[in-house]
Amino acid sequence: MNRFAMPLLAFVLMAGLLGYGLREGYDPKIVPSPLIDKQAPAFSLAMLEQPSRALSTADLLGQVWVLNVWASWCVSCRAEHEVITALANRNLVTLVGLNYKDEPADAERWLQQFGNPYATSVIDRDGRVGIDWGVYGVPETFVIGADGLIKYKHIGPVTHESLEQKIMPVLKELLG
Amino acid sequence: MKKLLLLLCLSAGMAPAQAAIEAYDFETPQMEADYNKLINELRCLVCQNQNLSGSDADLARDLRRETYDMLSEGKSPDQVVEFMVARYGDFVLYRPQFKSSTYLLWLGPFLLLLVVLFFLVRRLRGAQAAVEVDAANLARAQKILENKEQNQ
Repeated sequence: MNRFAMPLLAFVLMAGLLGYGLREGYDPKIVPSPLIDKQAPAFSLAMLEQPSRALSTADLLGQVWVLNVWASWCVSCRAEHEVITALANRNLVTLVGLNYKDEPADAERWLQQFGNPYATSVIDRDGRVGIDWGVYGVPETFVIGADGLIKYKHIGPVTHESLEQKIMPVLKELLG
Repeated sequence: MKKLLLLLCLSAGMAPAQAAIEAYDFETPQMEADYNKLINELRCLVCQNQNLSGSDADLARDLRRETYDMLSEGKSPDQVVEFMVARYGDFVLYRPQFKSSTYLLWLGPFLLLLVVLFFLVRRLRGAQAAVEVDAANLARAQKILENKEQNQ
């Protein structure tokens, strides 16, 4: 056997492996959620606009809804705000905001300043509901079906591109 | 002087290895040991190459609190791990579970060792065979050399 054969084979294997790690659309920071196709973790939380009233996951059963995790301290939330607003303006689904580890006063000011795309936002002051939903970085966006199952999770700011290519197809399928 | 400088440089790097850790009161030494073991084996999802004990991220603090609360409620370390995996997936485990999707991860090194051993044994046998051939000629060679010495 040619004495270059083995090193060349090793090189090709290594290059292939490293190339696989660099493939397009792969981001090692994105941790796939084990909650896909599982029942959405239940919560019952006070609404930001009316803290005396609570919204629970049971109230939303039977309809397709989107949960967007946001906070006034989150810079990327500002970046995706325009896209979330575009989604809300289509009036396709109920858009619920999960105000994650935020000061309610700051959150309300944020909504006044940039506009409120949410049907309602609920307060997750200590982040426990966030943990139940496997949230590890704000913003995150979940699509939940009428059967209460989580159908899709988007990690990081939603762009116009990811809205059209990832989220809309899931919504269209769920809405029939 | 140089040694002192080196020592200073090295100790400067040591500080962040242990992030600010909350002071929790443990009822039993066992619970403290479980807690410390868990936060060393669970991975922080924000700063992905750190464990919960080494990370100063907000989420890491929350997950440490969650770990402490669950242990205080009398839950077992396995239940805490189950809780974390249900929410964040196998990614949170620095010590992955042994199951069908991780067989290659756990057994791969041994497989690689077997392959290497196979080639090593083959090579050593080949070398031995080559030496045996030489041994057959050794007597002749020695004879020739001896004759040469006598002639001199």
